[in-house]
Amino acid sequence: MIQVKNLTKKFGDFTAVDNISFNVEKAEIFGFLGPNGAGKSTTIKMLTTLLHPTSGEIEVNGINPLHHQDKVRESFGIVFQDPSLDEELTAYENMNFHAVLYKVPADVRKTRIEELLNFVELWEKKDEFVKNYSGGMKRRLEIARGFLHHPKIIFLDEPTLGLDPQTRNYMWNYINDLNKKEQTTVFFTTHYMEEADRVADRIAVIDHGKIVASGTPEQLKAQTGKDNLEDAFLELTGRKIREEEASGIDRMRMHSKMWRRRR
Amino acid sequence: MSTIYILWLRQIKRYLRSRSRIIGSLGQPILFLVALGFGFGPIFQKAGQGNYIEFLAPGIIAMSILFTAIFSGVEMIWDRQFGFLKETLVAPVSRLNIMIGRVFGGATASVFQGIIVLVISFIAGFRISSVEFIFLSLIFMILISLLFTALGTAIASMLEDFQGFQLIMSFLVMPLFFLSGALFPLEGLPEAMKIVAAVDPLSYGVDGLRFALTGASHFGVGIDFAVLTIITFLLLVAGSFLFSRIEV
Repeated sequence: MIQVKNLTKKFGDFTAVDNISFNVEKAEIFGFLGPNGAGKSTTIKMLTTLLHPTSGEIEVNGINPLHHQDKVRESFGIVFQDPSLDEELTAYENMNFHAVLYKVPADVRKTRIEELLNFVELWEKKDEFVKNYSGGMKRRLEIARGFLHHPKIIFLDEPTLGLDPQTRNYMWNYINDLNKKEQTTVFFTTHYMEEADRVADRIAVIDHGKIVASGTPEQLKAQTGKDNLEDAFLELTGRKIREEEASGIDRMRMHSKMWRRRR
Repeated sequence: MSTIYILWLRQIKRYLRSRSRIIGSLGQPILFLVALGFGFGPIFQKAGQGNYIEFLAPGIIAMSILFTAIFSGVEMIWDRQFGFLKETLVAPVSRLNIMIGRVFGGATASVFQGIIVLVISFIAGFRISSVEFIFLSLIFMILISLLFTALGTAIASMLEDFQGFQLIMSFLVMPLFFLSGALFPLEGLPEAMKIVAAVDPLSYGVDGLRFALTGASHFGVGIDFAVLTIITFLLLVAGSFLFSRIEV
């Protein structure tokens, strides 16, 4: 479903993703793990047409996102790591906007929006402006929005960050359901190792832009001789605490510098 | 079609909800109308040019459209900073349609702003020469709005944050306005100024609007219409190219 070969992304002198290759099969739940700044989000952005790779090949749903951007976009849905809501619109308007853009048929639009807003317990606040929402509520709204349409592949970039255990549980049940019923391929990143252990069919661990290990959670534990994924992860990536991943704006600045240099 | 509509609707909602912005952006045209209109009125009259308010009002309408349109285009930088741009950029719809929806939305808001200023200039004493041409003036308002919203969007596609915004205001928007013949007649200007005015697209917008509202024209209304249409089209093409290349 997703094929990546020798993928590299450089921002100026900094190599964010360094010659990685991996495959994700159809209907697989694939965990993409790594410390902060390892290159997870950059990889997702390249897979979802938001960034152009410096070199390497990508195929998503059998399509090259470099040449057929619109076609690739039809096959996936995404929940971003950082906020992507319109704060000047209400929750309902945000959902409706998304539903129209993703061509959710008009007859199911209303019921599905209601169902999902109930699912994240925001239905009562559906007509409030998003700018008045708390951080957790915004996060829940983004999750609900990500499930509005049922794509072939769903990308979840740290979807459970800042969610309470109830919502997190509910969300994973929902994803498991989609995965079983509609054969949805799931590509997710997370910092919660027990979560990855529980839901992922297969895992790849990325560090400093390189994939350092991949396999089922059991294989990774066996390979490192640890009995849980957290220890296996620490064994693979070391105990040193990483620099916080550059924020969107930092990355924009970095990018704008590049742009200036390019001219 | 539905993509264009939903993006248009979003721009309209954002515009109508920013009441302070609507009211705030009326201050400038009122000030210009009152201070320049009444201040220079007697001199203008003495120079044998007739009623200055009548001359000035179409220029001020064009100015408020210019500012609103450029701003609605450049507003996209906000979307980038708040992350909402990503949401539209990964959607399974063509970026051309996204861009068109945005531009139409911003342009509609600008036309609306132009109509408000037209009404205000009535209060200041402006009178249109013939009611039949009100439709023509609307066409010119739409063209000016489309042109400059497309320009703003094209610029915003290249900017990552608001740091470059001041630069655009001082070296693009202000010269576009002041050199356009919005404030003074283009007849009898020094040759260099004439050339500058002739390459300023707003000149044709002001001129077309002035013809529609007062019956006087410098370039000729046909030329105004043709130039505005062609430039708008070119800017839409350039804008969609730049927009399609945005990386987040």
